[in-house]
Amino acid sequence: MGAAALLAGLVVLAAGLELAGYDSGAALGALWSGAFGSWYALTSATLVRAVPLIIIGLGLALAFRGGAFNIGGEGQFYAGAIAATWIGLSVGGLPSPVAVAAVLSGAVLAGGLWVAIPVLLRVRFGVLEVISTLLLNFVAEALTSLLVQGPLQESQRIYPQSDPIAESARLPLLPGTRLHAGLLLALVGAVLLHRVFTRTLWGFRLRAVGLGPRAAEIAGRIDSRWMAALALALSGAIAGLAGGVEVAGVSYALFQNLSPGYGFTAIAVALLGRLHPFGVVVAGLLFGALEAGAGAMQREADVPAVAVYVVEAVVILAVLLAEAARRHGAATLASLASVTRRAPG
Amino acid sequence: MDAMAVVEGFLAAAVRVATPLLLAASGEAVAQRSGVMNLGLEGVMLTGALAAALGAAAWGPWTGAGVAVVAGMLLAGVFALVAIGARADQVIAGTAITLAAVGLTGTIYRQAFGAAGAGLDLPTLSPLAVPGLSQLPVLGPAFFGQPAPTYIGLLAVPVIWWFLFRTRAGLALRATGEAAAVARASGVRTGLVRAAATVVGGGFAGLAGATLVLAQVGTFAERMTAGRGYVAIAIVVLGRWHPVGVALASLGFGAAMALQFLFQTLGLNVPYQLFLMLPYALALLALAGVVGRVRAPADLGKP
Repeated sequence: MGAAALLAGLVVLAAGLELAGYDSGAALGALWSGAFGSWYALTSATLVRAVPLIIIGLGLALAFRGGAFNIGGEGQFYAGAIAATWIGLSVGGLPSPVAVAAVLSGAVLAGGLWVAIPVLLRVRFGVLEVISTLLLNFVAEALTSLLVQGPLQESQRIYPQSDPIAESARLPLLPGTRLHAGLLLALVGAVLLHRVFTRTLWGFRLRAVGLGPRAAEIAGRIDSRWMAALALALSGAIAGLAGGVEVAGVSYALFQNLSPGYGFTAIAVALLGRLHPFGVVVAGLLFGALEAGAGAMQREADVPAVAVYVVEAVVILAVLLAEAARRHGAATLASLASVTRRAPG
Repeated sequence: MDAMAVVEGFLAAAVRVATPLLLAASGEAVAQRSGVMNLGLEGVMLTGALAAALGAAAWGPWTGAGVAVVAGMLLAGVFALVAIGARADQVIAGTAITLAAVGLTGTIYRQAFGAAGAGLDLPTLSPLAVPGLSQLPVLGPAFFGQPAPTYIGLLAVPVIWWFLFRTRAGLALRATGEAAAVARASGVRTGLVRAAATVVGGGFAGLAGATLVLAQVGTFAERMTAGRGYVAIAIVVLGRWHPVGVALASLGFGAAMALQFLFQTLGLNVPYQLFLMLPYALALLALAGVVGRVRAPADLGKP
């Protein structure tokens, strides 16, 4: 299903480009070679792009499975990146493993703190997390912009970016490439999350809440409100980690446009991966390739990189439609689950 | 500086900035009353903005606004097809629609106007002063000296109120949002009602985007809606799903966003990013204060 959805997305892209007067063959060719054309493209473009998508996507899979809609991955990513930069600038004297650990745990904490606002609003005031996480994305982007032109601006005070973080706070690279150890972290995270989902009581409860909060409360005596809140909090912390990994592994500094919409693309990644950790890894690699190829497409075929958003959107819509068709054809169990999911307030 | 002139200028700016929010939120209120939350609103607004720019460049501002309405209805129709026709998840479908709109508008804009289209200068909708009323002190320029979309937005408030609370169709729409199963049993074609409400909401959002381009900025920029569609959704909640409440909340947000101009006029030096944050932070605070005490349509967001 995922492959068919991706194909649908690419077909729509090609047709759209052809209609708009672009050379769609050249565009798709550039997309392919930019993503898989060489060892360097694969490691330094595709895999580097895939890392934040996989990490945020894993967190979103956790949130969505627990019945919490986190649309704020983008903001939490920035919160993590800000904390990572701040810490990374001041840990020069520490040995590398300690410095890296400090940077990444600071990022996790910042992501968790940033998402604590929607968690609190949901638990205490019944505000839909869909709206609150979305709104906080814009606050985080403005905050980043404020910081890189203010307290965190580089020492020359010319460019809207921070100074580079200490060498010791950076993640190790695969020699000859830009691929960093964050990929390992993402893969280990996927395995861990899979074990949590399948081997722990907590994971079972979480999935029960996501499938039907009322049923989970009545039959399983699970406090579904708190489970969903916890899932939301964890997903925010994980998105924060992705921001820290991006700073420590790729950018080494805070920029205004550090993320090309990773938090939104990760929603497509989580969904295309069918909220399964290994599915998220595969989907993250695919979308990493798409985003890496998009850059090449813009450079070589003069097609705006944002065009791949259309592919992503078509993929999401195709997956939704396919799921609807399956639900319609098969048992009513799945639709029952979505009917019982009710908005608080 | 004359204090009166400062207040007048601030109010006029507040209403001008509030207009796209008022239009988008009014339409979204109708959709939400029928049980549909369209997170694609941001994308629909953005699409309306580009459609208005293209239409205005070719045929003038009024046609541009019309093209924007049609474009908004079309994109909202796609959302309705997926979210209502196929009963897919509204939140995710809406996110996808916004993503698609960002990609589409960016691609089409660069194709139509070139990568460096910043200098794009469009014919705009000029202010239409209401004779007599626009001369009123303080409130005159704010409410009666604006371009046409402001009047459309202000007139939509009583019209939507009348439709929702005084017509049979409005009753059917509200019933669909409160208890879809019951409405269906009493003969209401709920899918059709929701689709229609969503498409009408899309038309409003399209016009909101057009307002941004044709009555405020005078040009199109990528992602120029900058979250206004999402703020409009928050405004619907703050306005308690009531057209008058939505109008008041819109004006409140317009005032918050216009503070930037007031501070500039007064020569106060505050980082502009604080003003960028303000509406969103304010929305969160207001939501926290208001949500516990209001009730959403009971079947909101359910397929």
